[in-house]
Amino acid sequence: MRVAGKGRIDRSKPVSFTFDGTSYTGFHGDSLASALLANDVRLMGRSFKYHRPRGVLTAGSEEPNALVSVRDVPNVRATVQEIYQGLKAESQNRWPSLRHDVMAINDLASPFLGAGFYYKTFKWPRAFWESLYEPLIRRAAGLGKLPAAHEDRPYEKAFAFCDLLVVGSGPTGLMAALTAARSGVEVILAEEDAVFGGRLNGEAMEVGGMPAADWVAGVVAELAAMPNVRLMARTTVTGAYDGGTWSALERVGHHLAAPAADLPVECFWRIVAQRTVLAAGAIERPLAFPNNDRPGIMVASAVRTYLHRYGVVPGASVALFGNNDDAHRTARDLSAAGVKIAAVIDSRADARPPEGADYPVYMGGHVVGTEGRHGLTALRVAHGGNEQVVYADVLAMSGGWNPTVHLSCHLGARPKWNPELAAFLPAADAVPGMWAAGAANGVFSTAGCLADGINAARQALESIGKAAADMAVPMAEDSAYALTPLWQVPGKGRAWLDFQNDVTVKDVVLAAQENFASVELMKRYTTQGMAPDQGKNSNVAALAVLADATGRGIPETGTTTFRPPFIPTSIAAIGAGGRAKGFAPQRFMTSHRATLERGAPMIEAGLWYRPSYFPKPGEKTWLQSCNREVALVRNAVGVADVSTLGKIDIQGPDAAQFLDFVYTNSFSTLKVGRVRYGLMLREDGHVLDDGTTARLGENHYLMTTTTAAAGLVMRHLEFVHQAHCPGMAVRFISVTEQWAQFAVAGPLARQLLNTVLDAPISDADFPFMACGPVSVEGVAGRLFRISFSGEHAYEVAVPARYGEALFRDLVARAETMDGGPYGMEALNVLRIEKGFITHSEIHGRTTAFDIGMARMVAAKDCIGKAAAARPGLIGEEREQLVGLKPVNPAQSIGAGAHLFKVGQAPQRENDQGYVTSVCWSPTLGSHLALAFLKNGRARHGETIRLVDHLRGVDVSCIVSDPVFLDPEGGRARG
Amino acid sequence: MAELIAKGPLAGLLPLSIGAVGLTGVDPGPMFSLQPFAGKAAALSKALKKAHGVEFPGPGESQSAKGVRVLWSGREQAFLLGAAPDPALTPFAAVTDQSDGWAVMALLGPGAGDVLARLCPLELRLAAFPVGRVARSQLQHVAALICRVDDGFQIMVMRSFATTAVHELETAMKGVSARKEP
Repeated sequence: MRVAGKGRIDRSKPVSFTFDGTSYTGFHGDSLASALLANDVRLMGRSFKYHRPRGVLTAGSEEPNALVSVRDVPNVRATVQEIYQGLKAESQNRWPSLRHDVMAINDLASPFLGAGFYYKTFKWPRAFWESLYEPLIRRAAGLGKLPAAHEDRPYEKAFAFCDLLVVGSGPTGLMAALTAARSGVEVILAEEDAVFGGRLNGEAMEVGGMPAADWVAGVVAELAAMPNVRLMARTTVTGAYDGGTWSALERVGHHLAAPAADLPVECFWRIVAQRTVLAAGAIERPLAFPNNDRPGIMVASAVRTYLHRYGVVPGASVALFGNNDDAHRTARDLSAAGVKIAAVIDSRADARPPEGADYPVYMGGHVVGTEGRHGLTALRVAHGGNEQVVYADVLAMSGGWNPTVHLSCHLGARPKWNPELAAFLPAADAVPGMWAAGAANGVFSTAGCLADGINAARQALESIGKAAADMAVPMAEDSAYALTPLWQVPGKGRAWLDFQNDVTVKDVVLAAQENFASVELMKRYTTQGMAPDQGKNSNVAALAVLADATGRGIPETGTTTFRPPFIPTSIAAIGAGGRAKGFAPQRFMTSHRATLERGAPMIEAGLWYRPSYFPKPGEKTWLQSCNREVALVRNAVGVADVSTLGKIDIQGPDAAQFLDFVYTNSFSTLKVGRVRYGLMLREDGHVLDDGTTARLGENHYLMTTTTAAAGLVMRHLEFVHQAHCPGMAVRFISVTEQWAQFAVAGPLARQLLNTVLDAPISDADFPFMACGPVSVEGVAGRLFRISFSGEHAYEVAVPARYGEALFRDLVARAETMDGGPYGMEALNVLRIEKGFITHSEIHGRTTAFDIGMARMVAAKDCIGKAAAARPGLIGEEREQLVGLKPVNPAQSIGAGAHLFKVGQAPQRENDQGYVTSVCWSPTLGSHLALAFLKNGRARHGETIRLVDHLRGVDVSCIVSDPVFLDPEGGRARG
Repeated sequence: MAELIAKGPLAGLLPLSIGAVGLTGVDPGPMFSLQPFAGKAAALSKALKKAHGVEFPGPGESQSAKGVRVLWSGREQAFLLGAAPDPALTPFAAVTDQSDGWAVMALLGPGAGDVLARLCPLELRLAAFPVGRVARSQLQHVAALICRVDDGFQIMVMRSFATTAVHELETAMKGVSARKEP
């Protein structure tokens, strides 16, 4: 219910929303949790394992119970979600409804569902593991449900840089940020909440002689007005990484009623900070007493936050149970607000009772039981040897504070136990360049935090040589932190430690009994500390129980490892921009548009998009188009965009010498104006790449690489030059994108080209393997007479700005001559017919010997030559490149099939080789294949058995030379 | 005589103006790579100064004079923009024409830095990346050469990546602009 006159919500702005279909009204500034409590809705979720009814436990991002789905995002913490007009929230982990959940039957079966239940139960028979048990467990497991549809709302990632990052904007963070800002350095202040101020928003106290809210507003206004400050609200720093890098998740549009279509839901930040102040505050510990999980039982600081920030009390009558002085503050505040205090139970018998309390106080008392299925109605208090019932619908518990040390542990540091505070504190130098301060560092008074913030910022600034501005510490409360640890209250009934995962004191004790005594093993055995809250509420208490059960101290027991992210972080945010086509960039050729206009399906070659084939009206299959395109190249003229092949410009007085070193064959002997095919080896002697290299001038070469290996070859050249011959005067650079290059292939190739060349060429001045400058319709271009089809062919290159025009022009002219464009399918058939290799053959495990090019390894030395001569890389045992034709030419075969001797069983031990490339050759009227066969060159004419177990193919083939068509090469030279 | 029609790498893609940020195509004019041969860097720089009024830039640097700019573009590599290189440079350096190889864009306006920070991990604070500074970096998944200019950035990507680069920038521009809406 609302408390009149309390809270910082805007009561002039009512906001209506629904929870599980029921409409409610809250106010602008409410969280979903506060708005539901204001409407007396206490049941907000069901627990993970036993489906226990649960209410909100906290008021912050550590909330373990009140998880809801909003806009198809599961596991949204109701304490974090701001309400907006029309918000629709759904509870989770229940069926058919939150109040009547069928799976609550698990709670009755709880004696059988203790820690390790799965491990002990689903053991045998083994066959049931995957088929039965796993699906069963998977269905029962998991919090919330991911929507089946792709997340196509916009998400964003971004980078930011600053001198000082301040994590958290409570009294510590605000003073640290203010100190740094006034000192003139660039500051980022990241606050997880929608408003700045941290704990100050949840308390009634004065800072600097004015209400804390006014003081916060003043500081934030000063910071906002400074150009060197970036205020980041709704931004949770989620991880610490090397080099002062931090990840952070910003909620950008998830809290808005009608976010703009382009507004990101969230932004995933990478913040690089020279220095960081960790002012993340502390999280209040629940207490472990029997049945401590009923709706209405909350941590005390949350009760104060609901009162002071939201003007809400979760019930009419409140009891308190604590082990420290802080618990009494909650009673004072509530009492002052007119809320009935049913009782205050302080577990410390030796502490001084509070003065002036007009409600029952039980010093040395314990809560030993609670009542109320869907919400707390009463508690049983043990005090002075008696037990009595106290009627209350809210129980605020305060077990002390755990500094939020998580970020300090992300680089591997272990937090240090402080026995006075009964808490873990960040280790010194846990993250280089980071100072922990305030409550995150065990300073629990407001005055102490304000001073510590200034101090941490000053130290951080001094470490980067900046003088800190003079700062006065504002006046504030400075009470001591008096606490006696209380880790568990003995008694009948389950005492929850981890509310989210339904882990009780008994489970942890059981883990210890069954020898899962290490804290890491206990965690995995019981699931304590897993799931969205990652043990924020339960870790310290659980390990204290474990320490007790194993007879060790808490520091010896240690903590589990805190890992990023600090809060649940959506993959959509981390991978923003990477979905669907955003996964990889697209590279388009200059002919791309013209190609699409012709209806060509595109295939990806690396990042490039290349046409598969160019369908004509009436063609129903790709094969029909492919066959026609092969025929037009063989009989007339075809045009293909080959711009994707890598082009590396190589210049320098030592260019020839360098090429002789990287290629197996010689290029110093190549004449200017000529092209030569070259083979390049890796240092281990296997083939790296092949291609043609043209000599454009005495000291000027143009190397062509395959499309796939363009980057690889460039890297190889850089490596060879820098590592092996840095003294050589040679430079290379990619000119792939500068030139649009088109293959013009077929008996009419020259005839076609001469219609666009300003000076016609003849066979005499442009023989096979010639190259040189040409003028193409007035544009300075380059012409290479090379052939990857075996036909009389050229490649003509023009600067890329003319690419589209030349492609359209060449294709139109070719069509007039009964030719036309051809795609990758036809290109592949043309080269297989000629036995030309691609990376299907030079796949990284083949040598020059294997592909029949051993004679191309010249007498001179070159990269890979020595390694290629190693035993085992040459000889009859090698699988060598051969051609295969099925005995029945119509019988299709597939790449990837394996070869066996006729009469031998088609199994691994008898393997003779494998097929790398296949096609239907319309020219030869047969299926063809390129394959590697043991000692294959000596076996031409042999019949071999080709078996593809995957596709169920078993075919007899005849081994042949890989060059099926025109082995003399007359067509290319003619 | 028929002539081939020239088409820039950003034809049909730009300009874009979203919120306070504009993205326009830039015609770099003549653009050539310069790579000094071993031991010839000083001689190249001298010849460059004499011919074009600029020196060979150090890593991450650029220079401009009389309509000519020279941008560092990689290890012992720079791009000369605005003029065809003088033949006097060729004894000292490998020179290639790159005029058609790159899509050059200008991202300008008060939020240009916010837009680029969505796609590029560079530290873009003015003190760290002042006007004239150049870096090889990435634009989401696309390799890019980025130079700070007055009021924004000049972004260069290899020509074939233009569509993807514009798409990435447009998405980032929309996201940044949407935050500014009331």
